[in-house]
Amino acid sequence: MGHTLAEKILMHNTGVASCKPGDIVITKPNKVMFHDIYTPFVYEKFKEMGFQKVWDKNKVAIMFDHLLPTCLKDDPRHLRYGYKFADEFGIDCLHESDGISHQLMPELRYAKPGDVVYVTDSHTTTYGAIGCFSTGVGYTEMAAILGTGEMWARVPSAIKIQIDGELPDNVYAKDIILCILGDLKADGGTYKSLEFCGTAVDALSVDSRLTISNMVVECGGKVGLFAVDRKTAEYSGVDYEAFKWLSFDEDANYEQVLHYDAASFVPYIACHPYVDNVHPITEVTDVAVNEVFIGSCTNGRLEDLAAAAEILKGKKVNPFVKFIVTPASRSIFKEAIAAGYIETLIKAGAMVTHPYCSLCQGRSGGLLADNEVLLGTNNRNFLGRMGSAKAKTYLSSPAVAAASAITGKITDPKTLQA
Amino acid sequence: MQRVFKGKVWKFGDDIDTDIIIPTQHVTIETMEEMKWHAFEPLRPELAKLITPGDILVGGKNFGCGSSREQAPEVICALGVKCVIAKSFARIFFRNAINNGLLLIESPELPDHCEEGDIVTVEINSKLVCNGREFAIPAMPDNLFTIIEDGGLVKSMKKRNNIID
Repeated sequence: MGHTLAEKILMHNTGVASCKPGDIVITKPNKVMFHDIYTPFVYEKFKEMGFQKVWDKNKVAIMFDHLLPTCLKDDPRHLRYGYKFADEFGIDCLHESDGISHQLMPELRYAKPGDVVYVTDSHTTTYGAIGCFSTGVGYTEMAAILGTGEMWARVPSAIKIQIDGELPDNVYAKDIILCILGDLKADGGTYKSLEFCGTAVDALSVDSRLTISNMVVECGGKVGLFAVDRKTAEYSGVDYEAFKWLSFDEDANYEQVLHYDAASFVPYIACHPYVDNVHPITEVTDVAVNEVFIGSCTNGRLEDLAAAAEILKGKKVNPFVKFIVTPASRSIFKEAIAAGYIETLIKAGAMVTHPYCSLCQGRSGGLLADNEVLLGTNNRNFLGRMGSAKAKTYLSSPAVAAASAITGKITDPKTLQA
Repeated sequence: MQRVFKGKVWKFGDDIDTDIIIPTQHVTIETMEEMKWHAFEPLRPELAKLITPGDILVGGKNFGCGSSREQAPEVICALGVKCVIAKSFARIFFRNAINNGLLLIESPELPDHCEEGDIVTVEINSKLVCNGREFAIPAMPDNLFTIIEDGGLVKSMKKRNNIID
């Protein structure tokens, strides 16, 4: 009997000879990270639990990405606790302003194929793109892991998602995952491993796969895994031959298999106020937008900025639209400058910010007033997440966001190219 | 912990996300005592002041979906809520609640057969009773029930580290 990707990684990590959905296994994480929203809580819980030291300081990272630059008077306290934890327990790996943690973890190779990684954030599922069993935990669990080096996990059942064929023009990884979320709904993947395969998946870049894994949590997924191929190996700096085991078994036990024809995908919009309220863009015309946001751990990577720059080249942003662009990391920002994307975006009228969680964490830089409408490339459009509870948020790919910034309403890029 | 107790119901729908339970702009408030007054603010700003200790929240599917913020179960605990009953829970919220000693009970049926203000009787690992009807509930896995019995993961870890309160 074969195994799912999730089972394979959990067996590899725990040393158990076999496991099946529902089994409780004790994992030993290869890396953990906590970010600035939780630093005081992790510090206090860790001390209260009575731990004197972290189990392995080389396996711990602390990142500031939600609260830097700080915007409310209580925010600096969270940064102080981050420094305090690092000082007291000898953590050298502290990233203060290098970008969004979920971009830095795979980019800096802290999360690698075959690893088990826990982070105090729901979008930790992102690194499943490189074959890493990564998922979110709370700050109390993080404190316990920091002290013990262990955490229990229930072996998830799995859904295989096979996508074959070629994507149409103007259709991206974001459209794939939005379509799947619309089908599975907000709880259709709860506790499960979503595992992606097929010729269209093979053709995706690692950046695109990161977008897909990032959003599996929006249907409740525990992890969103891809097999390791040569692209992954190159991205993560590992030997491909050593990770051939992290591939699909024909006889693995999947509770559900979904098939998609890539050619059937179109640009999709997740409409206010639920991520699973997904509609083809042709059903969402005549929605005027006050603000457009390109960024976040979902879609702030180089290929996202490239797609936006391609559409905005020589064009101007609608004068009634505030257009905010936030690269996902410092290195992406530098590459985007070198490639000319940032210049194109600025000339078009974008406000380009330093890499951080930006508008997606709903505390700074572009909060919405009552009745305003935002189109964002991020992952959530919940009530009140980005300002007023009376504002509306729609989600799309960076290409749709760029086209919409030009016209001032939700727009299929195809209609601009005619 | 008490094996049988009753409480007054506050009723919610499906997909109550953590941004509704505690919006991001309030998650850096220094104490739970202050933070708790913002619980459920985007949906029902008056609610935090109305909930009294011992009350029970009843939700639909996927209660606690969204971010991993543990402030969500913590503010619910801080309001004195005894337990949350829902058709289903989101994964991280489920773990976070258990780790804070907040009892969660999955019941696909009860939420469709109770109204706000009703009284629900909970018999842990056995059944729920409301308006004369009984609803069976599953027993919790041992490893989780131990954490709840210890009073949360912090107390569990203190026990492991031989620290006496």
